[in-house]
Amino acid sequence: MAESNVVPACGPLSVLSEEERMFQAMAREFAAKEIAPHVAQMDREGAFDHALLERLFAQGFMGIAAPEACGGSGGTFFLAILAIEEFSRVDASAGVVIDVQNTLMNNALQRWGTEAQQQKFLPRLVRDTLGAYALSEPSAGSDAFALATRAREDGNHFVLTGRKLWITNAMEAGLFIVFANLKPEAGYRGITAFLIERGAPGFTVGKKEDKLGIRASSTCELILEDCRVPKENVLGEAGKGYKVAMETLNEGRIGIAAQMVGVAGGALEHAVRYAQERKQFGKAIAEFQAIQFQLARLATEVEAARLMAYNAARLKDARQPFLKEAAMAKYFCSQVAERVASECLEIYGGYGFTRDYPAEKYLRDSKIGKIYEGTSFMQLQTIAKSVLGE
Amino acid sequence: MDYGFTEYQTAIRDLAREIAEKEIRPVAAEYDREAKFPWAIVKILAQTDLFRVYIDEAHGGITEGTPIMNMVIVTEELSKACGGIALSFAGTALGALPIILAGSDEQKARWLPDIAAGKKLAAFALTEPQAGSDAGAVRTTALRDGDHYVLNGSKQWITNGGEAEIYSVIALTNPLKGPRGASCIVVEKGTPGFTFGKKEDKLGIRASATRELIFQDCRVPVENCLGREGTGFIAAMRTFDASRPGVGAQALGIAQGAFDLALEYACTRRQFDAPIGSFQGLRFMLADMAMKIEAARALVYATARYIDTRPKERPTLYSAMSKCFASDVAMEVTTDAVQIFGGYGYMHDYPIEKYMRDAKITQIYEGTNQIQRDEMSKTLISNFHSHRPAVARAA
Ligand SMILES: Cc1cc2nc3c(=O)[nH]c(=O)nc-3n(C[C@H](O)[C@H](O)[C@H](O)COP(=O)(O)OP(=O)(O)OC[C@H]3O[C@@H](n4cnc5c(N)ncnc54)[C@H](O)[C@@H]3O)c2cc1C
Ligand SMILES: Cc1cc2nc3c(=O)[nH]c(=O)nc-3n(C[C@H](O)[C@H](O)[C@H](O)COP(=O)(O)OP(=O)(O)OC[C@H]3O[C@@H](n4cnc5c(N)ncnc54)[C@H](O)[C@@H]3O)c2cc1C
Repeated sequence: MAESNVVPACGPLSVLSEEERMFQAMAREFAAKEIAPHVAQMDREGAFDHALLERLFAQGFMGIAAPEACGGSGGTFFLAILAIEEFSRVDASAGVVIDVQNTLMNNALQRWGTEAQQQKFLPRLVRDTLGAYALSEPSAGSDAFALATRAREDGNHFVLTGRKLWITNAMEAGLFIVFANLKPEAGYRGITAFLIERGAPGFTVGKKEDKLGIRASSTCELILEDCRVPKENVLGEAGKGYKVAMETLNEGRIGIAAQMVGVAGGALEHAVRYAQERKQFGKAIAEFQAIQFQLARLATEVEAARLMAYNAARLKDARQPFLKEAAMAKYFCSQVAERVASECLEIYGGYGFTRDYPAEKYLRDSKIGKIYEGTSFMQLQTIAKSVLGE
Repeated sequence: MDYGFTEYQTAIRDLAREIAEKEIRPVAAEYDREAKFPWAIVKILAQTDLFRVYIDEAHGGITEGTPIMNMVIVTEELSKACGGIALSFAGTALGALPIILAGSDEQKARWLPDIAAGKKLAAFALTEPQAGSDAGAVRTTALRDGDHYVLNGSKQWITNGGEAEIYSVIALTNPLKGPRGASCIVVEKGTPGFTFGKKEDKLGIRASATRELIFQDCRVPVENCLGREGTGFIAAMRTFDASRPGVGAQALGIAQGAFDLALEYACTRRQFDAPIGSFQGLRFMLADMAMKIEAARALVYATARYIDTRPKERPTLYSAMSKCFASDVAMEVTTDAVQIFGGYGYMHDYPIEKYMRDAKITQIYEGTNQIQRDEMSKTLISNFHSHRPAVARAA
């Protein structure tokens, strides 16, 4: 039979364009040369390398999809996803640092910021100012809209009081998107997003958490005590903060999915190499069928996870609905990461349990995927609503 | 569930539980953070006679005929509070087992009373850098020189290493014979030529010391060889047959400890104006966790009883099952427990992530779970091939 000459409307998901391939290669090389040497120390000390952070800005990883007019690279969302994956293969902390900047901060400003806000803040976010996104509170995690931080009007300012918990990047950040309720009696319709600069009166970054994984990524408390924010720093409309939060997080979840694909892929690459090097019973352990099948199963899961993350990102770039696909991708990819990292540690045997080898860090890092930006149960809730046609 | 404990078993369970709650739980985080060996707890276990529960009455112990079940019960209870601290106890049992199983009366009289009294800890040393799952590849030698053996080589990742006084070491007394030339030799701390390498920095069970043992022309009297020369691997396999339910018990305790905390958290943490435990998705997770734990417990206890009541039979199949199943359950349950704690679960300030870190080792040591599955399946197949009536086989 003659080959069909019908050209498919869309190419395979995993085939990258020339630009995507080049960008991916660049991110991979950066991760190998500039991130990898710091990983063990950053994990041990629980602090992000300062020079590395500067390099992330200098190399354009902080403004991948930000407009060129603001100093960004004007790339697609998908490119950001590729970078997050590549970084996370080497270090999930480096992955989340650029994830927050690209998928939450820049993204929220591009989508909701006024012209003036964009001109003021985007160039800085791209050039030298790390951002942090502050929604969660001690008693408002999954139920984020029950947040207790309050804002009140005072002349041409808003005055914020409250406490935010577990804010990624907060230690190093210069700009914060903080959610507070301006009209508690209106429930979630009082929630408003504010742009707060570090050093604002009444604003302090509190205790830094000591964590199981992604230890190089700072997670801190924010304390707002009569913190004065100029009115022009409201992001989006007053009372529409819930929309800012929800829509930004919908996109952010694709970033976390990519982070988890990276973690799983990185853990698996190490295990594959180790299985071919480590000899027991006179042969490489990769020659045992049980190990072969285990690696095969894990590789299949990573492949499926990657396709889900890529698809969600490509849907967003194509301006198609992606809410369900993003939730599914985060749900699935974080589950895969946890399983892959856990099993890869076992492939290292006793070595996997010691801190001299990379396997245990992948397991510690993997666990965060199911927790932040909405726990797995919250993803299931979103998916269920969509499946049931609500 | 009622597992029909004897009065003695109930007593040691309650005692171990009390020590776990009052003495271990308050210090578990500190010992984990600082990777400190739990000598203070060891002293309490000694004073309360818990080291005696798996050593027979003739040598200072009190087993009432169920040594392995007793060892399992105590290990489980201690592990609920800290799987690492519990290992000072369980690792000593592992080190004592070769003496119990293969030692002469004289050898038992020499070492067991001090172990029973908790005056001395023990350790079992088989693994070497190139001989993990393939234990038969050990290279440490113990060559006869007059009425001594001269040991040379090193052992890797030895639990209680550096802290214990008594080491049951597998070494080749006849290297030409390979594994059939291996013997189990007791080496005491302080013997010239016996030193310790670096202490490992680990993911979990950080209160347990894991060290390298180094032998350089270390001379040990021939009386320290347990059983006949060349029976070292038989002793090692019999030791694992008896000790693996202990790892199962450690896993079980870790899982139960994590579950108890998760259940309490689910009943107290509120989101959406309700306890998170009121949401069906989360409730079903709790149900699955509890169900798996109970199944693991039934298997671990049944295996321990089988070993205690049928000393002539090889429990390899069940020992492997109990260790493998309980440790897989522990990993699943502890991971889900962290999930139930949400963001708090990820923080060192909360006790739950430690359970997940501690659980992982139970899938690895005393034979990885792949090795357990390998042994189970080989045993099943060889049982099938051994001539038995077809009817019995089907049953
Ligand atoms: C390292 C780290 C970094 C973080 N970074 C940020 C950040 O940068 N910005 C930010 O705003 N937040 C951040 N967070 C917070 C994170 O988003 C929250 O931890 C998360 O949303 C879960 O909230 P919670 O921890 O309060 O858990 P809870 O909401 O208390 O949940 C506990 C458990 O109950 C379950 N549950 C809750 N409600 C239901 C329900 N209705 N049905 C079924 N199950 C339910 C959850 O799935 C979970 O298993 C971070 C957290 C961590 C750990
Ligand atoms: C904290 C800690 C404490 C320990 N305590 C002790 C102790 O007190 N005494 C002691 O002697 N040892 C101890 N060990 C060693 C432990 O028992 C070994 O780590 C374990 O037996 C695995 O050996 P390995 O690490 O060399 O892994 P390897 O044997 O190299 O295994 C690597 C991987 O290959 C797989 N594999 C190997 N062979 C096969 C096969 N035939 N088929 C399928 N898969 C296979 C394994 O399952 C594993 O996934 C300890 C280890 C640790 C980490």
